[in-house]
Amino acid sequence: MAITAPHTARKPRHVITYVFLGILVVYFLIPLWFLFVASTKDAPSLFGGDSALWFSGDFNLFTNLSNLVTYNDGIYLRWIGNSALYAFVGGLGATVLAVLAGYGFAKYKFRGRDLSFAILLGSVMVPLTALVIPTFVLFSELGLTDTIWAVILPSLLSPFGVYLMRVYAAEAVPDELLDAARVDGAGALRTFVQVALPLMRPAVVTVLLLSVVGTWNNYFLPLAMLSNSQLYPITVGIGLWQGLAAQNNGGSGVSLWTLIIIGSLISIIPLIVAFLSLQKYWQGGLAIGSLK
Amino acid sequence: MADTATRLVIPKRKQTARERRHSRTGWLFIAPFGVVFVVFLVTPLAYAFYLSLFSKGLATGTAFAGINNYVRAFTDASFLKGVWFVVRFSLVLIPVQMLVSLAAALVLDNLTNRFARFARLMIFLPYAVPAVIGALMWGFLYSPSFGPLEQIFGAFGADAPFLLSPDNIFYGLMNVVTWQWAGYYMIIIYAALRGIDPTIYEAAKIDGANSWQVALRIKIPMVRSALVLILVFALIGTLQFFTEPQVLGPVANGTITPDFTPNIYAFNLAFKYAQFNYASAISFSLGAIVFVGVYIFLFATRKRGSVL
Repeated sequence: MAITAPHTARKPRHVITYVFLGILVVYFLIPLWFLFVASTKDAPSLFGGDSALWFSGDFNLFTNLSNLVTYNDGIYLRWIGNSALYAFVGGLGATVLAVLAGYGFAKYKFRGRDLSFAILLGSVMVPLTALVIPTFVLFSELGLTDTIWAVILPSLLSPFGVYLMRVYAAEAVPDELLDAARVDGAGALRTFVQVALPLMRPAVVTVLLLSVVGTWNNYFLPLAMLSNSQLYPITVGIGLWQGLAAQNNGGSGVSLWTLIIIGSLISIIPLIVAFLSLQKYWQGGLAIGSLK
Repeated sequence: MADTATRLVIPKRKQTARERRHSRTGWLFIAPFGVVFVVFLVTPLAYAFYLSLFSKGLATGTAFAGINNYVRAFTDASFLKGVWFVVRFSLVLIPVQMLVSLAAALVLDNLTNRFARFARLMIFLPYAVPAVIGALMWGFLYSPSFGPLEQIFGAFGADAPFLLSPDNIFYGLMNVVTWQWAGYYMIIIYAALRGIDPTIYEAAKIDGANSWQVALRIKIPMVRSALVLILVFALIGTLQFFTEPQVLGPVANGTITPDFTPNIYAFNLAFKYAQFNYASAISFSLGAIVFVGVYIFLFATRKRGSVL
């Protein structure tokens, strides 16, 4: 009795815990489930189907897919390609800059360092969307709007990435190790690449993921900068389709709604795969900023 | 005292060649980012301010306007209405979001089985979904023509609320944003909880604390800096609210007005009406409001000491 009593007393609390988690999981998965189910429907069963959250009619996933990649000369694939280009170049560039600067701030003492870092911290509080309109005017004077650079160049800016790298490098890279490398005759660059960089890997992956996601998901900047639909990233492209579909409610030929749904589904797969496969890096890395 | 003494000594000594080189290398590491910082943050900010001091009329051309654009902005019902909306939205959204993510993180911190790992990933997943797609999906789910709400409420013989109507849009948007971000915040809190030394819990248990007390008195205070970080992110994010209402606009039957949030208003002023000067003033004002708001918040939380 004495042994079983705490056991039974603990049980109900566990049930509540699991019910709570179960509800959360369902809530966070419902839109994705809806998207998957809806991707398998043709337009009539999308609008007239029995249940929005269950399959009905024929299994049209592959028909929808082939419509998606052939619609308008395959503009969808072009948008995905653009998104990948912007996210990869912008995200990678932002990460390289953040890693270098974070390391510099953490491991070098120089005049003006504390002031520069204070300015950097302040700039984390500047809403980046407030910069879009003036950047647009500047770029249009330079003839840079409506080019890939209009999206890539502003994406290189990641003050928060620098902050994360500095906090992480300060703790993960011991000064003694750097001194030892210096004594052994390694130059600053070589010390950085061969000694410091491997130690900073979790933070590097985290900053890379954060900046790739930031650029891939960005909407305001490309929406403002680009007018040529051939240069659109997927977010702006899908937004364009949705605006068109809402205007004529899927009237002409191929229903845009089915394309929007399957297009949305495909567009979220790359990042979800990236997050699931890189778990072991970012799960710890995301805590960096808050452990200080 | 010893510290000030050495500090006084150093400037008298001439910097050695090695120190100069060290300092120069430091700057070289910062320089690439520094250039981007100056070109894409400082310059646009300064330029926005410069633009905002002028006005452009069809007949008059560009003329110096001083603070006229700001006077106009802060007496402009559209701008003020938008600011009021995002402030109200933040005040309701952020506590809800924090509560959901904190509760999830605390629960997950107590479990170490496979289901908990699965739940953690699933809750986080929406972060990997672009805001445009997230808003679109919820737009579908809210839609009377193909969303499930109609069917669910119909099963109980009730009419489904249209969450994009003017009365309900506040909650409709709140749901979208909570869905999108709660998992990310949960992971940050969770990671911070994992960083706590577990021997503290043992000590508390020996002292007779139950798990509620451990959560409220130990865990939450110890992840305070993570909570502050999240609050700051959430505040900066919601004050510049743009994507979700902009995307839901076409399917919301006119609920999303061109001045719904300050950012949407600035966007429409610039790209629909080509009023770049006034749009810059709006952008700059919004930036200033966010900056000052966050600064005050950080100052306030720092002052309060260890009690959240």
